[in-house]
Amino acid sequence: MMAENFDFTPFILSFKLASVTAVLLFVVALPIAWWLSQSRSKMKPVFEALSALPIVLPPSVLGFYILVVFSQSSPVGAFLDEHFHIRFVFSFWGLVVASMLYSFPFMLQPLQSGFESLKREMIEASYISGKGKVTTLFRVALPNIKPSLLTALVVTFAHTIGEFGVVLMVGGSIPGETKVASVAIYEMVEVMDYKNAHIYSAIMIGISFAVLLGVYIFNHRYKRRIGAFGS
Amino acid sequence: MITIDVAKRLENRENTMLLDVTLQIEEGSFVAVAGESGSGKTTLLRMLAGLERGEGSIKVGSEVWQSERFFLPVQKRSVGFVFQSYALFDNMTVEQNLLYVNKDKKLAKHLLEITGLKSMEKRYPNSLSGGQKQRVALCRAFMRRPKLLLLDEPLSALDPQMRLKLQQDIMRLHREFGTTSIMVSHDPSEIYRLASRVFILKEGRVVQEGTPKEVLLKMQGSQKFSFEGEVLDIFKADVIYIAVVAIGQQIVEVVLGSLEAQRLHVGQKVAVSTKAFAPLIRPLD
Repeated sequence: MMAENFDFTPFILSFKLASVTAVLLFVVALPIAWWLSQSRSKMKPVFEALSALPIVLPPSVLGFYILVVFSQSSPVGAFLDEHFHIRFVFSFWGLVVASMLYSFPFMLQPLQSGFESLKREMIEASYISGKGKVTTLFRVALPNIKPSLLTALVVTFAHTIGEFGVVLMVGGSIPGETKVASVAIYEMVEVMDYKNAHIYSAIMIGISFAVLLGVYIFNHRYKRRIGAFGS
Repeated sequence: MITIDVAKRLENRENTMLLDVTLQIEEGSFVAVAGESGSGKTTLLRMLAGLERGEGSIKVGSEVWQSERFFLPVQKRSVGFVFQSYALFDNMTVEQNLLYVNKDKKLAKHLLEITGLKSMEKRYPNSLSGGQKQRVALCRAFMRRPKLLLLDEPLSALDPQMRLKLQQDIMRLHREFGTTSIMVSHDPSEIYRLASRVFILKEGRVVQEGTPKEVLLKMQGSQKFSFEGEVLDIFKADVIYIAVVAIGQQIVEVVLGSLEAQRLHVGQKVAVSTKAFAPLIRPLD
């Protein structure tokens, strides 16, 4: 019952956006999560509160400020356009920046709590072995928080796929550039094309469920494997 | 000579305490640090390792590890540390745990052979027993050929037989590598067996120091034999009373007069001692 002229482009765009966001956000959030988990700084709560803001703020607030900062009439937007010919507003890379801000806590928090759950002595044993913070992060800390790592990546990915408000505000709905699946569904409902809206929505539900199921299965297996022996 | 003169204010929920310790330790010797929990023993070890900052100075031979204006970071200190909780890297095999410190495969092989772990080298820490894990941790600590080996109650989670084996391993490696070793321990027999000097910490200060013989035997007063235990039961047998007392891992019966039986009650902590008698000694195996 595939509808005529069924267009996969919004899905491909959604997945591209989610993949790029997850990878870039991992690179950005990893050192911050590591630092927050190890820090005893008095400024830590301030950073934690700041980084959690996107959870509570309406997406429109975030979208509004991204528009304000990156529009051609703002100093930042003008500077980027003039020197690098980059325009973030109504472009794919604008969506990436917006998604990274919007999904930041979903990447940061699982990583940070994963690092915090590690036994302090294990990290200290690495320092005593003569290794610095970076080596310790990549060879000891990260390999021992695989479930948190997977959760962070997948939840960020899924959260970006499911995002709507920020995307609509920052990207608009340019086919093939910024018209992702969630926006496409919104437009179909608006023009009362319920059939295609159903198909798109059903695909979204199916994919999301499969992804989450995969994460839970992996985490259960991992826990069982780690907990199987013990002393 | 290792010269330690450090101070640090320790705070917990109830009170603050000033850890203020001055120690002189001969290089190559094995010393024990004992004392009640909360007396600052672990903090002292952590300051020596560079895991915690405090005031004062630490000098190891000709090297300055800490002074008023200088703090050698933990990575640069020639230290091996054995934690009570093993602290192995769970994502690495036994062999990888050792090679992480230093890529010297020969040394790793040698250490694993000495401690009887050669057949375990490809296993992961989660599949090992507590005693095996602690032996791996001990080997790992020696991979840096440390000047200073710090042991923080390394054997307190192990059963008596495993302790004995580990004590032998520790002593053997201590001698072979010429390390200076500092061990926190509560077990008098362990201190007696391993250490040549013992320091007793109380509320952040050294209150006693000397050879284990001087320090540990002095605590017992003038009695020839004295053991602390707990009364488990008191019952009447004909005209006498008998108390069942738990001392360490053993249960003993002690004959009581009726007056004594009235003064004691079940659950009470008691000292079982005797003065004038000549104990007989016979080998058990």
